[in-house]
Amino acid sequence: MEAIAFYTFAILTTVMFLITVLTNHALYALSALAAGMIFISAFFFLLGADFLGAIQIIVYTGAVMALYAFGMMFFDTTRTVVESRTSPQLVFGLTGVAALTVVAIFVAPIISENIVALYPAVDGAGNSQMVGMVLFTKYLIPFEVAAIMLLVAMIAGIVLAGKKMDHSLTLMKDEVECKNIEKEQA
Amino acid sequence: MEITLQHYLILSVVLFAIGLIGVLRRKNLLLLFFATEILLNAVNIAFAAISSYYGDMTGQMFAFFIIAVAASEVAVGLGLLVLWYKRTGKIDLDAMTSMRG
Repeated sequence: MEAIAFYTFAILTTVMFLITVLTNHALYALSALAAGMIFISAFFFLLGADFLGAIQIIVYTGAVMALYAFGMMFFDTTRTVVESRTSPQLVFGLTGVAALTVVAIFVAPIISENIVALYPAVDGAGNSQMVGMVLFTKYLIPFEVAAIMLLVAMIAGIVLAGKKMDHSLTLMKDEVECKNIEKEQA
Repeated sequence: MEITLQHYLILSVVLFAIGLIGVLRRKNLLLLFFATEILLNAVNIAFAAISSYYGDMTGQMFAFFIIAVAASEVAVGLGLLVLWYKRTGKIDLDAMTSMRG
């Protein structure tokens, strides 16, 4: 049963991400990416990481995809995208890195026989409960830093894209400065 | 047939390779962002699988922080992209050559 679910979602995710990477239409890429994100959350549910799966759906398909959809309203998405031609050296390097990673994965269990769990799972506690216990004791400071980082990102997004939607903030500043310089020179 | 840790790690590598292909071949910056999202998600699968098979919560914690980083990256990156599009009218990577010495 688990095998059927794994292979189904593996094929679906791979196909969706291949569409995202290979299509020439931005809208197809966006929808395929959203579908792939939802299929990835299925792996988290399969692995027993329920909270992570819920977060994946909420953050990625809820927040990130909505952001991309709003961002695409600014761009001309109807025309097809022209792609750059990759050099053979680059393709060679990519395949080399991928092959090395596969080898590392097959070798890893031989080396990692003596790995012990740093924060082992507690018996009788649900996934969300365990996440809370570890996140708010051992990872409290990274959690707070992540919160500050999200605040900074929110302010940056508002300042960059939000102010004076019909004018360019930096361009206007340049023009004002140019006029000031011209006045000084005159 | 038993699904082992290897299955999940190989799936993660396949998805990571797909994302790398996207990063290499995309010229449109918006679609380049899509490819980076694929890369981050592939790593998340590996973290969750290792966390599950070793009975350790650390992997899931790192997956949470990766999701937070991805959300911040999208917010700032899209803001910069909208700004750049308003200035120049195009978001092609090859056209961004204003910093040549």
